[in-house]
Amino acid sequence: MSSHAASGHIDHHHDHTTSTGIPNKKLFMWAFLASDCMFFGTLISTHLIYRLHPPPGSPDPKSIFSIELTSFSTFILLMSSLLMALAVNACQKGRVESTRKNLLGTIFFGLIFLACQVYEFSHFVHEKGLTLSNSTFGSTFYTLTGTHGCHVAIGVLWLILMYIRSFKPADADEGRPWIGKAVVHLLVFLVTIVASMSAMMSYTHIAAEHGWGAVGTFLSHHPISTAVTLAGVIALWALGRDKSTAEFGEANAIDVESMGLYWHFVDIVWIVIFTAVYLLEYV
Amino acid sequence: MDAAAQSQSLGHHAPVADRRPWYFTRPTAKTGLVSWLTTVDHKRIGLLYGISALIFFLIGGLEALLIRIQLAVPNNTFISHQFYNELFTMHATTMIFLAVMPLSAAFFNYIMPLQIGARDVAFPRLNGFAFWVFLSGAIILNVGWFVKSGAPDIGWFGYAPLTSLQYSTQFKGDASTDLWIMGLQVLGVSSVVGSLNFIVTIINMRAPGMTMMRLPVFTWMTLVTAFLIILSFPAITIALVELMMDRTFGTGFFEVSKGGLPILWQHLFWIFGHPEVYILILPAMGVISEVIPTFSRKPLFGYPIIVFSGATIGLLGFGVWSHHMFTTGMGTMATAAFALATMAIAVPTGVKMFNWIGTMWGGHIMTRTPMMFALGFLWMFMMGGFSGIMHSAAPADAQQQDSYFVVAHFHYVLIGGAVFALLAGIHYWFPLMFGRKVSEFWGKLSFWVIFVGFNVTFFPMHFLGLNGMPRRTAVYDGNMGWNSANLVATIGAFILAVGIGIYFVVILYTYFKGQKSGRDPWDGRTLEWAIAHPPAEHNFDTIPVVRARDPFFHEKHLAKDKPPAPPAEPHGIHMPSQSWFPIITALGLLVAALFYSYHHFTGAIAGGVLLFLGVYGWSHEGPGGYHIHLDEHSGDDSSHKAH
Repeated sequence: MSSHAASGHIDHHHDHTTSTGIPNKKLFMWAFLASDCMFFGTLISTHLIYRLHPPPGSPDPKSIFSIELTSFSTFILLMSSLLMALAVNACQKGRVESTRKNLLGTIFFGLIFLACQVYEFSHFVHEKGLTLSNSTFGSTFYTLTGTHGCHVAIGVLWLILMYIRSFKPADADEGRPWIGKAVVHLLVFLVTIVASMSAMMSYTHIAAEHGWGAVGTFLSHHPISTAVTLAGVIALWALGRDKSTAEFGEANAIDVESMGLYWHFVDIVWIVIFTAVYLLEYV
Repeated sequence: MDAAAQSQSLGHHAPVADRRPWYFTRPTAKTGLVSWLTTVDHKRIGLLYGISALIFFLIGGLEALLIRIQLAVPNNTFISHQFYNELFTMHATTMIFLAVMPLSAAFFNYIMPLQIGARDVAFPRLNGFAFWVFLSGAIILNVGWFVKSGAPDIGWFGYAPLTSLQYSTQFKGDASTDLWIMGLQVLGVSSVVGSLNFIVTIINMRAPGMTMMRLPVFTWMTLVTAFLIILSFPAITIALVELMMDRTFGTGFFEVSKGGLPILWQHLFWIFGHPEVYILILPAMGVISEVIPTFSRKPLFGYPIIVFSGATIGLLGFGVWSHHMFTTGMGTMATAAFALATMAIAVPTGVKMFNWIGTMWGGHIMTRTPMMFALGFLWMFMMGGFSGIMHSAAPADAQQQDSYFVVAHFHYVLIGGAVFALLAGIHYWFPLMFGRKVSEFWGKLSFWVIFVGFNVTFFPMHFLGLNGMPRRTAVYDGNMGWNSANLVATIGAFILAVGIGIYFVVILYTYFKGQKSGRDPWDGRTLEWAIAHPPAEHNFDTIPVVRARDPFFHEKHLAKDKPPAPPAEPHGIHMPSQSWFPIITALGLLVAALFYSYHHFTGAIAGGVLLFLGVYGWSHEGPGGYHIHLDEHSGDDSSHKAH
């Protein structure tokens, strides 16, 4: 149909089998993100309405927030967006190894963000006495940031699925062995996630209690979670050294790209939430 | 054609590029139960939607009949007040979410891809998923009838604080409200997923030459509706999440004692709820815009105007939600602004009315059954529109709010409008779907009985409302002057039920024994009439090339030259493979939501695990696919035979 198709040139943004030239998956993701805008718009408006009309006895957010920690996790999330962009770029150029590394990095940063949020939540509940049910501020704050956290968690799961898929062999007849490997991957990942989340929470806790300089004492206090995390990362790295030809590559770069759109969107929404929920309190 | 290709002529399917199965074998059966459970064919999914929607339409109608029996005479003790509350809640929820929306979705699924010359929707497995999720939501909503808690009893609007733990558990002590919350939430997933699929399909899967301004109007209205769904459902999703948090974790979103604002629920609900009204009526307008030109033997008058007015209705639909809240005391400015915006919607709607009338003007009108329903639509939708404009004036609305006048209005719009159009659509596309044609006598008889029954039921409600009879009230006193109008309405409801009964019997009879329609019985205008009746699995033997706005009619009657050769598909027609994962994933969602409704968190987590496994398998399974090789001489695409 088209002269471009015959030339062998791969254009990642134009699919000649669709009416518009935009790949279906990309269009789908844009439409979904439009829907998600309304989703977060509703949540953020709910929060702002209750901030503008606080019932008597509402807590002062500034006495609860730890703006340093949240700024740090915001920075981390932005860095994960950078790695996601690098993963998409690598996949479009067919560099599978580099894609895998950058996907892992994105997952890692996403997990740090989640750990910061889990720490923040438990800190607010136990130290600052802000719960879901004792004020409308708590209700809207935890629901809004928690929903964003769910989006990040879903994104991390999606990244993991994509990472595992990157080992699927190109040759269909090669068949089953990779599945065992995929399952091992998944298990190692789950263990590593749990261990690293626990390690991250402890790290954050020590840093918040004793300052960032005290992080050095961490190893002596939490050897198991650290060791399991390290072992998990090494195991994943070893499993990742798979040199057989993967199905993964330029042809399905759109899968990574649409996942990237989702990830960037979640980051952008966080910037809005960070501004509306945290920063505006300090104006 | 070589011998190997010959052996794979139409009907023989050669799996290609399919991965070796690893969870379980990927189904290939084309008939039988498994083929329906694992189907990814948009036509089959459309039929599944249609059949479920019609069943729920009957259930919703039964609920309405019980309501009307209770109201037939004053001080009636036919049913308890509690049961009455359950009935009006479930009647509305069923009719909106389980009857009219899925019936529209049935046509979106079945007809829209055919109208744009596509082989399937953009994401066939996701399409199957949307249906099974819809069925899950329907089950969750209705499970209350069969368990101790009873069905939801909070109205389809679920106003706070009726839904708070304090009030909604006063009588029953458990889960009916949670069933309503989770049921709607699951239905929302289905609608949004389905709509995203339709949006991508319409924008990306059009046949060569099918520009946006050549799209059939039904497809255009599908697109507008899909956008309304993806942009309005998130509002109720969040509202339901917040309500769920209130009920499960003791948050204070809508709890006055904790500083919550019940009016916030109304805002969030109607930001969804008002666009929802257009989600129900725009597909109906699309059907009418197909039926009227076909049976007037004229192209649609003012096609661009009808497209733009549809889009305008969609846009304005988001700006008028607070006209449902004139009596909540929003203040003069807000009330005036929403009143004006609401009146503005009458303009594009009126424009559409004139377009349809203009189409019939000077046309050669054939009063076949679908056209009869379309004419009924014009008449009654206009009446519903007039009473709608009356509500948009805030002072008048202050009198009419929550009275039977409102009930009369929205039944004129939703039955006289949406349901009549969808009943017209069933008759109109029946020959295409099943190759059989409904008897004109019995079709018209059902139309007249439905038409008379409907008007006898709902016209008196205008007077009841203006005389002050409130909605949602199970009994009334005999001295209020409402007795005779109520009795007439109940008699009308039974006439309407008889008409609907005739309609269903006629449809079933036609399906099994009806007269064969032959191809293209209405001398159709759009692409869906170019293919076999009923359609083959692959829809089109060759994807048509579109050269005009009514492409099939153009090639049949108007074109002077032969149409250009359609692009060849040298490797055969590629079709997507069936899959178990859509139904497995939907089952996970059903289990999770159902257990969550009963606050049984272990069960909910088990459902979540099943959901995750479904997604995991789905992501590794790949789209698969196989090729259909057509025998050179079996190609009988009549769009190219008409010459």
